[in-house]
Amino acid sequence: MRDVAIIGIGQTQVDEHWELGLCQLALQALQAAMADAGVEWVDALYVGNMLSGELTGQEHLGALIADFAGLRGIEALRLEAAGASGAAALRMGYLAVGGGWADIALVVGVEKMTDAAPPDAEAALMAGADADHEAAHGLSFAALNALLMRRYMHQFGYQAQDFGGFPINAHANAMNNPCAMFHIPLKLESYARARMIAPPVNLMDSAAIGDGAAAAVLVPTEWAQRFSQPVVRIAASAVGTDSVALHDRRDPLLLEGVALSARRAYEQVGIAPDEIDFFELYDSFSITAAMSLEAAGFCQLGMGARMALDGEITLQGRLPISTMGGLKGRGNPGGATGVYQIVEAVQQLRGQAGPNQVPDARWGMTQSIGGSGGTAITHILERVNS
Amino acid sequence: MSVPNTWRLQQQRYRLMGEVCDRCKTKIFPPRDVCPECEAPAKTQFALSGRGEVYSYSTVYNAPAGFEDATPYTVALVRLEEGPLVTAQLTDVSAEEVEIGMPVEMVTRRLRADGAEGIISYGYKFRPVQFSPAI
Repeated sequence: MRDVAIIGIGQTQVDEHWELGLCQLALQALQAAMADAGVEWVDALYVGNMLSGELTGQEHLGALIADFAGLRGIEALRLEAAGASGAAALRMGYLAVGGGWADIALVVGVEKMTDAAPPDAEAALMAGADADHEAAHGLSFAALNALLMRRYMHQFGYQAQDFGGFPINAHANAMNNPCAMFHIPLKLESYARARMIAPPVNLMDSAAIGDGAAAAVLVPTEWAQRFSQPVVRIAASAVGTDSVALHDRRDPLLLEGVALSARRAYEQVGIAPDEIDFFELYDSFSITAAMSLEAAGFCQLGMGARMALDGEITLQGRLPISTMGGLKGRGNPGGATGVYQIVEAVQQLRGQAGPNQVPDARWGMTQSIGGSGGTAITHILERVNS
Repeated sequence: MSVPNTWRLQQQRYRLMGEVCDRCKTKIFPPRDVCPECEAPAKTQFALSGRGEVYSYSTVYNAPAGFEDATPYTVALVRLEEGPLVTAQLTDVSAEEVEIGMPVEMVTRRLRADGAEGIISYGYKFRPVQFSPAI
C-alpha cells in the first residue's frame, strides 16, 4: 500500500443553486481542485452522491461527470452510502492510489437537493433509513434524531437548551467560511426560541440541506512535494457499520458504527483521540454531534452534550469541531458533505483556514455518518512538513 | 409502495409476526432471518404480543411526501415486552399525554394511501393500554 496525499482541493458555496445542474456543480468543484493541484489530467474519478436518482432522475454519475468534465474514457464510478457517500468516494480514491491502480485520482462529492419540494426531499433522504420499517411509518430524519435526543435527555438528565452550543459554534465558525450556506451568528436566545420541527429537535438543531460540490486530488505522498501546495497525507481511512434501523441497535444511544470506524482509524495511525487537533464531525443534528463525540472516544457516554456546554468544542476549546461551520453552518449537501469535510480539514492542515485557523494543527479527523448511523467513515489527515 | 411489497409484509404489519432464534431464544422483530444476538439462522415464526412501553417519542410537523395530510402525528420507539424495539406511530393519544415508559398496545390502522387510486397500506400503530373493566 502506497502512502496517499491530497494535493488539490476545490468547493462551491453550499446554497440553493437553481441556476446549476449536477454536472455544472461538479465541474466547478473539480476544476477548482485540479487547478489547485496544478494537474490537467487524472487516471480515475470517484463521485460521491446520495440522491441524484431520487431527486433529479439522473443516475450513472461516474461516466456522466467524467464526460462532462472532458475526461471521457477514464475509470469513473459513483459511490453511495447515504450521508457518507462523499467519504466513501474519498476512500475509493485512497484505495485506488494506495493500491497502485491510479497515480492521480480525482474525488468529487456532488448533490442537488433543492430542485425538489421539501416533502419530496424529506422522503428521498429517508431512503437512507429502513424503507419498510421506518420510512413506511412516516418517520423523517428529524424524527429519528428526535427519538434519540429525547431518550438521551431522559437517560443523562439534559434539557433541550443544553444542546445550543453545537449550532452556536457552527454558525460562529461559518461566518469566516465564504463557501458556507449561512453567515448568520446564532445566539442562545434565538436557539431557545427556534420552531420545533420534531420535538425536542428544533429548526436550529437540524442542518439545512443545500446544493453543492467539493473535490480533492489524490497522488502518492512520495510525489506530492512536486506539486505547489503544502502536503497533507491521508493517515487513516476506516469504515464501520451498524444496523440501518434505529430499532435494530443493541442500544440506540451507542453509535457503534462510529465507534468502530474511529477505533480502526486510530489503530491505523497509532494515536489516541487526545492527539487529534480538530474534528470535522457529522453535526446533521445537535444530538448526532453529541453522540459522535462519545462514540469517537473524546468523552464518556452521556458527556457529549456537556462538552458543548463547557465550550470545549469551540476554536479555542480542547477539541475544535465544525471549524469551518460543519453541516449546520456550512450546510448539508447530502452526498457531497464528506468531501467538504475533507476540503476543510486540508485548509486547516495547510494553514489556509484564515481567522478560523487551529494553531499548529497536525492531526485532523473527519467523519461522515450515513443514515442514523448505519455507516460511519472516518479519515485522519496529517500535515507533512516539507 | 408496491402491491408485492405490501403483500410480502402483511404478516408482520397486521400480526406483528416476527421470529424466534432456535438457539438462543431471542425474539426478533422485524423479522430478519439471522439472529442479531448469536448470528444463528432464525426463521421460526413468532407472533409478538403487541404490548410494550414507550422508549422514546416525537411529533412530526414536517412530513415526508405521502404523510403531509396526517401532520402533526406522533411517532415512537416502543420496547415490546418480549424485548425488541419497534418504530411506529402512536394513535388515540395527544402528544402532550405521551411520556417515556407509558404502556402501549398494538392496533391496526391505515399507514398511508397512495393517492386516490392507489393502494391503501395498513399496519401496526400503538395506543395507550386501554383500561379493561373487571368482568
